[in-house]
Amino acid sequence: MRLEPRENVTLLIKAMVPISAGIISLLCCSALIIWAGASPLEACVLLIKGSLGSRFAISETLTRTIPLIFCGLAAAVAFRAKLWNIGAEGQLYAGACIATWLGTGMIDLPPWLMIPFLFAAGALAGGLLLLGPTILKTKFALDEVVTTLLLNFIVLLFVNWLVFGPWKDPMAMGWPQAAPVIDSATLGHILAKTRLHWGLAIAIIATFGVWFLMRFTTWGYEIRAVGHSQKASHFAGIPINRVIIRTALISGGLAGFAGVSELCGLKGYLTLDLSPGFGYSGIVVAMLASLHPLGVLLSSLFIAILSIGADSMSRSLNISNYIADVATAVSLLAVLLSMMLTKYTIRWR
Amino acid sequence: MDLVQLLFEAGFWAASVRMATPLIFGTIGELICERAGVLNLGIEGIMAAGCMTGWTWVYFGGDLWMGVLAAAFVGALFGLLHAVFTVHLGLSQHVTGLGITMLAAALSSFVFRMLLPNITTPPKITPFQLLEIPFLSEIPLLGKVVFTQSPMTILALLTVIVVAYFLKKTPAGLALSMTGENPMAVESQGLSVFAIRTWAVMTGSALMAVGGAFLTMSAFDAFYIGMVNGRGWICIALVVFASWNPLKALLGTIIFAAFDALQMRVQQQSGMIIPYQFYLMMPYIFSIVALIIMSRRSAYPKALLVPFRKGER
Repeated sequence: MRLEPRENVTLLIKAMVPISAGIISLLCCSALIIWAGASPLEACVLLIKGSLGSRFAISETLTRTIPLIFCGLAAAVAFRAKLWNIGAEGQLYAGACIATWLGTGMIDLPPWLMIPFLFAAGALAGGLLLLGPTILKTKFALDEVVTTLLLNFIVLLFVNWLVFGPWKDPMAMGWPQAAPVIDSATLGHILAKTRLHWGLAIAIIATFGVWFLMRFTTWGYEIRAVGHSQKASHFAGIPINRVIIRTALISGGLAGFAGVSELCGLKGYLTLDLSPGFGYSGIVVAMLASLHPLGVLLSSLFIAILSIGADSMSRSLNISNYIADVATAVSLLAVLLSMMLTKYTIRWR
Repeated sequence: MDLVQLLFEAGFWAASVRMATPLIFGTIGELICERAGVLNLGIEGIMAAGCMTGWTWVYFGGDLWMGVLAAAFVGALFGLLHAVFTVHLGLSQHVTGLGITMLAAALSSFVFRMLLPNITTPPKITPFQLLEIPFLSEIPLLGKVVFTQSPMTILALLTVIVVAYFLKKTPAGLALSMTGENPMAVESQGLSVFAIRTWAVMTGSALMAVGGAFLTMSAFDAFYIGMVNGRGWICIALVVFASWNPLKALLGTIIFAAFDALQMRVQQQSGMIIPYQFYLMMPYIFSIVALIIMSRRSAYPKALLVPFRKGER
């Protein structure tokens, strides 16, 4: 077996990447569904119905895309510079913690100031959390994958302590949760009688912002250059370490955004189930989008449909809803495979 | 209790070695992969798959040792997947590894839920019992610490010795190390880099899965979703700490487990002065600190993370 680079890659081939990844992931999950004794076709219909079949279902799916967009952008920006930030989960909680600290009565500003203020604070917290592993990377050449992963566990235990200890809301009937954020810190709802909140608008603005940054600015150029080749960037006079640290602050900040928007838009208070692994799903979102910021919008929608749809599908077919996690993981591996096949052809001999 | 006194207590060290067992398997497994030049971030998920496989095998009437083998087999299969992606197709080892972790963890939760759909408390199996090796277990201190353990712990210790000997003294082991340092040289000797890396990743992944199986078949007797709880990531840190040397890895895991056992003792005695969450953070903090201490001294395999393509420079 031998890999040969393709001469010209057409747009059609590029467009096939997410499609073929989706198909591979569907096939694999069909096998599991058949094993579980249900019909894959029925499961597919139920999945679409559960995620897009009604006004409420659509609103739930869109609500789910919000944190996925932020975390997907966080991974997309960092991975572009070959900074492997796997700590979006921890950075998300860091953002939520700061927003809880500031937003539950410590400061009260009019909403048009309060919301941007909380987002800025959350971004700062997320960015600073990633700064540690990044400095360890640039100074000591420590693999940031391991350090960011380990930090996730530390941050989650810290939040665990906060919501069981000092921040525990005495009004919450003994549930481990912090006090709710004050009204001026709450993101309003877009649609009445749904949970869809204005975080979606912020996420879309952030997406275009990141796209603009990566595509049209020197910073974005430097991030991409460092990711392509550190050696070439060095010869071109790009300060590599500074670019990596800047990337880390942006990436961590975006993950921090996710925490603030979930806190102020969806939950209203800090709990341990604020994120069921959005930070990790963000990696899949970014890879499905080939690290393109605008693609993140589509791929986060795909993952949201998958997880919201699988929830209701699994209930009615009596299949474990871990099927959504399996589908997400398979689509990550499948997209890697398909991306390679756009660049190379396999020649068997 | 006096801390100094504790360090001379056989029970404390026996507990440390027991707690080190899954880490020994995981660290040695990761070490084999990395010595061949492949980072395997699938470890966390592969350990979860091992946990689940070993436990369900025994729960549905299988033999304990066959359960260990079944776990190893499943681990090797995930290893094969990782090898096809990273070695043969040359894809990103970071992203593939994370994908394998997500897949293996999700699949084991899914399969567990489908096999046992309506349970609230996890059912139990009869795990491995303590094995007292005749004569050897009567040696003072060492007898309690090393020779009165779960058979899987003894297997772990043997694995370290075998792997250390293999890597240092056998031609195959030298070829494996060479693959991680200079794959071109291996190829020029007429050996296949692809084959060596594939076998290394499969063997390493099998060991990781056995480490996971220890959790459900020896340390505890039930399977919980999420019970690996970052042990895989800690193993990756321990490989760096050990500078890719199996004997140092053994030392590292035992020191690490001893710290862990120590913080548990301190936690029990100090009551609730410091919240328990901060004690639980300790292993992760130790790992990061260990990484920082060793980072300057450690000698990375030169070809780690570099995919090999035939005929390319």
